[in-house]
Amino acid sequence: MIEVSNLTKRYAGHTAVSGISFTVKRGEIVGLVGSNGAGKSTTMRILSCFLPATSGSVRVAGYDVFLQSDEVRRRIGYMPENNPLHPEMRVREYLKFRARLKGLSRQRSRERVDTVMQQCGLVDEQRTIIAHLSKGYRQRVGLADALVHEPELIILDEPTIGLDPRQIRSVRQLIKNLAGRHTVLVSSHILAELEMTCNRMVILHKGKIAACDTPDNLQALMGGKGQVIAEIAGPGLEMQAAFDLLADVAHCDISASGGEYLRCALTPLDGVDLRPQVFALAMERGWRVRELTRGRHSLEDIYVRLTRPEEEES
Amino acid sequence: MQAYWTLTRRELGGFFVSLTGYLIIAAAAFLMGLSWVVMVEQLQSEPTPQPVTQLYYSTQYFWLILLLATPVITMRLFALEKYSGTFETLMTTPVSELQVVLAKFTAALVFYVLLWLPSLGCILILRQFINDPAALDTGLLGSTFLGIFLLGCLFMAMGCLASAMTRSQITAAMTSFTLGCTLFLLSFLPGRWAVVAGWQNDLLSHIALFDHMNDFARGLVDFRHVVFYLSLTVFFLFLTLRVVESRRWK
Repeated sequence: MIEVSNLTKRYAGHTAVSGISFTVKRGEIVGLVGSNGAGKSTTMRILSCFLPATSGSVRVAGYDVFLQSDEVRRRIGYMPENNPLHPEMRVREYLKFRARLKGLSRQRSRERVDTVMQQCGLVDEQRTIIAHLSKGYRQRVGLADALVHEPELIILDEPTIGLDPRQIRSVRQLIKNLAGRHTVLVSSHILAELEMTCNRMVILHKGKIAACDTPDNLQALMGGKGQVIAEIAGPGLEMQAAFDLLADVAHCDISASGGEYLRCALTPLDGVDLRPQVFALAMERGWRVRELTRGRHSLEDIYVRLTRPEEEES
Repeated sequence: MQAYWTLTRRELGGFFVSLTGYLIIAAAAFLMGLSWVVMVEQLQSEPTPQPVTQLYYSTQYFWLILLLATPVITMRLFALEKYSGTFETLMTTPVSELQVVLAKFTAALVFYVLLWLPSLGCILILRQFINDPAALDTGLLGSTFLGIFLLGCLFMAMGCLASAMTRSQITAAMTSFTLGCTLFLLSFLPGRWAVVAGWQNDLLSHIALFDHMNDFARGLVDFRHVVFYLSLTVFFLFLTLRVVESRRWK
């Protein structure tokens, strides 16, 4: 659906995006992650034909965004950052205007506007002037606008920025519901948010791709060591010795954890899951176990790790 | 075509859903009425053989309103959309730059025509009270309003250009005000400025907006004037189109 190869965009004085390549398949939900200024919005603006690329090629649904921008624009629904709307219009009026602008017939635009208002929960607000809507509702209007002409590709630039947790949840649900029928490219600077919705993530850092994979693979890539945390009540010294004797333990750290419990952080060799061994050992010695988990690196950590080295360089 | 009409309707709606449009029309109508009263009072003391339209439309009354009102109409066209970001949502729909420019120009022109309708009211009222019907002949009114319309085309096109070049409405208004005033003031140079002689003088007298309007208000429709306004309008719209397209230049 999207083929980006060697895309570079230079503004006067600085390079916003330098030589990135990635592809998005039909029906995928792909997240574009990066800190502020990483080049997310620039990439999306080029994809939506608003800005020309300095070099490189971008194709959407097989059409070149520069040479066949009309065909591309017919196939995308784009919601820019900050979701600009005409504040003086009413919700229904605005959506109808956008539908007609995107070439839908009168009859069809009426049907589609009804459908997307239902989909985005705007039916009760259809007569409200956009300026009087809350931020969450405005975001829904932006989403409804992106969906109104049933585009093949939906590009959402920071759709949840500035929303409260409940609203974020509802927007996330909306995006999830689009899966399958549409291809979605969504950006955010909050990783946790995309972790739950996306099939794949492209992590951008300073205009370059730092990583591009599924959330699970990223997880495996970075957190492969699979550290095990166990909270056990028992004699500390004996515990240390017992863990050191286990063949698969590379390193063991024991610290106090409130009351009689000790917190043991066990690092395995070669990604072995240590949990059964630890549990068996505790049973054998008669220790009480109150927690036994395998630590997951949050994507947040991965992100920080991926982006830190370069920052130190510069 | 559908996109053009949809956009034109929205642009026109943009004037009227908020108070702005009504305010501009009300202010212009007030000034028109007031200057009309001043002129009629003056006529009572010093009668003249000139037609009323010439007295009104080729004097400071008309020009004051024209020069002040036109930048206010056109300043929002592109600048506001660029400022609020809706320009981005607009240009990422399958509409062409030409459709956008023409739609905005059309909407501004329609609004401009609406702006002058109240002055027709003044004329009709005056017609009720004068003895000599020849003073306000229909043909004369026709040519006067043709002149107003053509001037409007030119000023709206200049305003479009000024607005397309910036994100700030104030900058847009000031630019188009300067363009308009410059063209207007140049009318007074030919024959009055010693430095300007020969072909320069001829050129200046051809672009003298004031003299053109004087002709229209006398009932004289000079084909050269019509061509002058239409070609300049097309020229400024073409420049606007290029400015709007320049975003996509590499």
